[in-house]
Amino acid sequence: MYSQGLIGADGTTHEDEEFLTAFQARIDAELKIEPNDPMPAGYRKTLVRQIAQHAHSEIVGMLPEGNWITRAPTLRRKAALLAKVQDEGGHGLYLYSAAETLGVSREELVDQLLSGKAKYSSIFNYPTQTWADIGTIGWLVDGAAIMNQIPLCRCSFGPYARAMIRVCKEESFHQRQGYEIMLTLCRGSDEQKAMAQDALNRWWWPSLMMFGPHDAESTHSDQSMAWKIKRFTNDELRQKFIDATVPQAEFLGLTVPDPELKWNEDKGGYDHGEIDWNEFWSVVKGNGICNRARLKARRMAHDDNAWVREAALAYAEKASVRETAVAAQ
Amino acid sequence: MTEKNTPLWEVFIRARNGLSHKHAGSLHAVDAEMALQAARDVYTRRGEGQSVWVVRSSDIVASDPTEKEVMFEPTGSKIYRHPTFYDIPDDVGHM
Ligand SMILES: [Fe+2]
Ligand SMILES: [Fe+2]
Ligand SMILES: [Fe+2]
Repeated sequence: MYSQGLIGADGTTHEDEEFLTAFQARIDAELKIEPNDPMPAGYRKTLVRQIAQHAHSEIVGMLPEGNWITRAPTLRRKAALLAKVQDEGGHGLYLYSAAETLGVSREELVDQLLSGKAKYSSIFNYPTQTWADIGTIGWLVDGAAIMNQIPLCRCSFGPYARAMIRVCKEESFHQRQGYEIMLTLCRGSDEQKAMAQDALNRWWWPSLMMFGPHDAESTHSDQSMAWKIKRFTNDELRQKFIDATVPQAEFLGLTVPDPELKWNEDKGGYDHGEIDWNEFWSVVKGNGICNRARLKARRMAHDDNAWVREAALAYAEKASVRETAVAAQ
Repeated sequence: MTEKNTPLWEVFIRARNGLSHKHAGSLHAVDAEMALQAARDVYTRRGEGQSVWVVRSSDIVASDPTEKEVMFEPTGSKIYRHPTFYDIPDDVGHM
């Protein structure tokens, strides 16, 4: 999700040569940057943008899966899905906190999401049509997220790296519960197996798009690599994901919907067909199947609960006035 | 929107008795009670804690990052504060 956070990120920075060289030397020595340390404006801006988009992705990501909580087939599945969706909410909160250390407020960040100014991962603009989609999301979407997030645990910015360590510890349950759902379906009736295949057919390509555009198209990638915000390129991570996932699909007895997918002995990885980048950009620009519904749901949650935030603040104010009065007596 | 911002809190968690409370992260809450409940939900979903402290971020007094050198540099030269500064013959054995 997270390399998409760099789309349009502008790492342009205007500090003098001496400052930038000293900063780069710290990065090259693998010293972590903490919120109060001097840093180039471009570094700060890039991070705020990437961490915020990552946070928004976690929060919006709760919607497609939340859609199935009441319809989970068993109590065990329902408890697991509920816990997973709650985790995603937690991931969003860790990440917002990390972004806030860079001097942006939670309210600003939420506003940027609700106004459509900030993006979130394109993957969450696809609908969850069947129960097999929940299995596929855990397996592929969380799987891709893990691929992206593991190198982020070594990101040069301390608060982001620490948040990622927490997140990664929690993600592996997400992927395993998804794969377990797929296994159960694939060992079930013909209809169940067909449902699993249909879900893979719909989610495979969008999952590959999660890694963002090709390296050649990924304009600000070099600066992020140099600043060690990013450790691998989009294409490198995508390749790793494909190589790890194809054997898992084979184990399930499912077919990856890419006729050009072929093991390449020389490179020790799979060759794959071309991604439909028109679809990708169209979803990023707001024209995916669910873009409008997702934003509408987030805005509704924010507006409908405004009275709760107001009441809680009013209560806290009253209580503190009362306390001061009692103390004065 | 004329809403006021919700205050920021820092969360410290003792993983188990015998360990000190350690900074786990931050969150927003209107008062201490809400901060404790949110800390439980956000930072201890997998038995990470036996005890939680929450502190308003605005109540934390921090050293000035621009005075890092004045503050911490003097200890750098005081190598006689470390046991390895002192020469004790091997024959004495472990000390
Ligand atoms: Fe997550
Ligand atoms: Fe994530
Ligand atoms: Fe997840």
